Amino acid sequence: MRRWFIGLPLVWLLLFFAAPFLIVAAISIVPAINASPPFESPLDPAKWTLDSYRLLISDDLYIAAFGNALRIAFTSTLIALLIGYPMAYAMARAEPRRRGVLVMLVVIPFWTSFLIRVYAWMQLLQPSGLINSALMGVGVIAEPLPLMANEFAVHLGLVYSYLPFMVLPLYAALERLDPALLEAAHDLGARPYSAFWRVTLPLSLPGIVAGCLLVFIPAAGEFIIPDLLGGPDSPMIGKILWTEFFNNRDWPTASALAIGLLVLLVTPILAFQAVERKAPVRA
Amino acid sequence: MRRNSAFLLTALGAGYAFLYLPVLLLILFSFNESRLVTVWSGFSAKWYGELARNERILDAAWLSVTVAAVSATVATALGLMGGMALRRFGGFRGRALLAGLLAAPLVMPEVLSGLSLLLLFVSLDQLVGWPGERGFATIVIAHATFTTAYVAVIVQARLKLLDPALEEAAHDLGAPPWRAFVGVTLPMLAPGLAAGWLLAFTLSLDDLVIASFTSGPGATTLPMVVFSSVRLGLSPQINALASLFVLAATLLVGAALWLLGRRSAE
Repeated sequence: MRRWFIGLPLVWLLLFFAAPFLIVAAISIVPAINASPPFESPLDPAKWTLDSYRLLISDDLYIAAFGNALRIAFTSTLIALLIGYPMAYAMARAEPRRRGVLVMLVVIPFWTSFLIRVYAWMQLLQPSGLINSALMGVGVIAEPLPLMANEFAVHLGLVYSYLPFMVLPLYAALERLDPALLEAAHDLGARPYSAFWRVTLPLSLPGIVAGCLLVFIPAAGEFIIPDLLGGPDSPMIGKILWTEFFNNRDWPTASALAIGLLVLLVTPILAFQAVERKAPVRA
Repeated sequence: MRRNSAFLLTALGAGYAFLYLPVLLLILFSFNESRLVTVWSGFSAKWYGELARNERILDAAWLSVTVAAVSATVATALGLMGGMALRRFGGFRGRALLAGLLAAPLVMPEVLSGLSLLLLFVSLDQLVGWPGERGFATIVIAHATFTTAYVAVIVQARLKLLDPALEEAAHDLGAPPWRAFVGVTLPMLAPGLAAGWLLAFTLSLDDLVIASFTSGPGATTLPMVVFSSVRLGLSPQINALASLFVLAATLLVGAALWLLGRRSAE
């Protein structure tokens, strides 16, 4: 029994999760051809080339797309932290019998209909959308505000979609915090403000790190949000990868982009595992 | 001491409003009579009626539901085994590898999982002639792979709460490992497994990116239909479909959370 329980998931995940990345790496070093599938066989070492990677570092579009993705994911993570921390803090300080409901209200959007929640924002942000119609209706503005197809909308979409990923680990860390520690700080003469900075914040650090990584990593590779809410001025790497693959049918370049993104994200994933080993975030 | 200040309560209320208002407005406007999505002209359920007559959407919905059911079942079995291995088997060779493989899909950007699986399927097809035309089977494999990690998280959390003494007692009374598992562990894990299945089902139903990479020309899932139509602009019919989607997902997730909460309250 033991052998099967370890072996089956291990073999499945090695075959369908780990091995595919080796194939991505293999296809990133062969030329694209006009055939089906649209690449040379990686089994022939004579065909190997680093052209796709050369393209990656020489074409401004790709460099900009990597830069945009990291920058936008970073600022969105920061905004999500600033919104999520007070929420998680208030949840952790609520009466114990109410906490279950408060957590559930954060968990439900976490699982439900990613695409549709982005669509809901399109309806709000469009030039003829609900926000602009309402503002023009009451006469605050004469022309629709450019709320969509720009970086503002992408930030909004990312923060909105990934906020639960931030709140839940923060809540888990803050809820575990022993109130006696704060009482001790208070008894020793610390003002609430300084008790927060010197006791609560440092002790919630594992939650902050876990929440930031859970937002940053998927946000950096996000496709749906930049595609539906973003504009042409700041492409993100997830969308460029999609375009190379589906529209340009350049699979080797898409593979090289995937390897590039993976390398950029491996560091935070390893950091995430180190944190997770210390404090399981979603247990 | 543990009362919330006005600032914190405002932050909490505003946070929930931010999470829920857009979706509530979406549901409200799915009952709008006007063809213009954002101009309210009167209450009507006619878009739901049109939805029920849209063959393309019905076909896609059927495919999505069957893919979700099969992949959730595979993921529940694999997640159960992986979770048991990590929580109950102590140290074994490959434990760190299994733990890593069960955690990484949780944070892997979907474009990477999708692209890599597609390239695997294409390469396998070239080498061994399988899986041939991509469609139902390839989407199921892809979804089972990334939802297994979520099931494993839940199984591990459940096992942490369960007292291993019960299983040990079964061992001490002479039950072979599989009988202790079927007779003791599995019944205690059942609510967690049901919750894991429901969440895996929901995730599969909702997935656009991985399904787009791993499906073939003949297989279009519901999110793929929604996406191609949303790209062309808003439509009241998609509002109606989206509302049903949110409703279904909320019910499934609510049921899963209820199962998990009920058990821990005991």
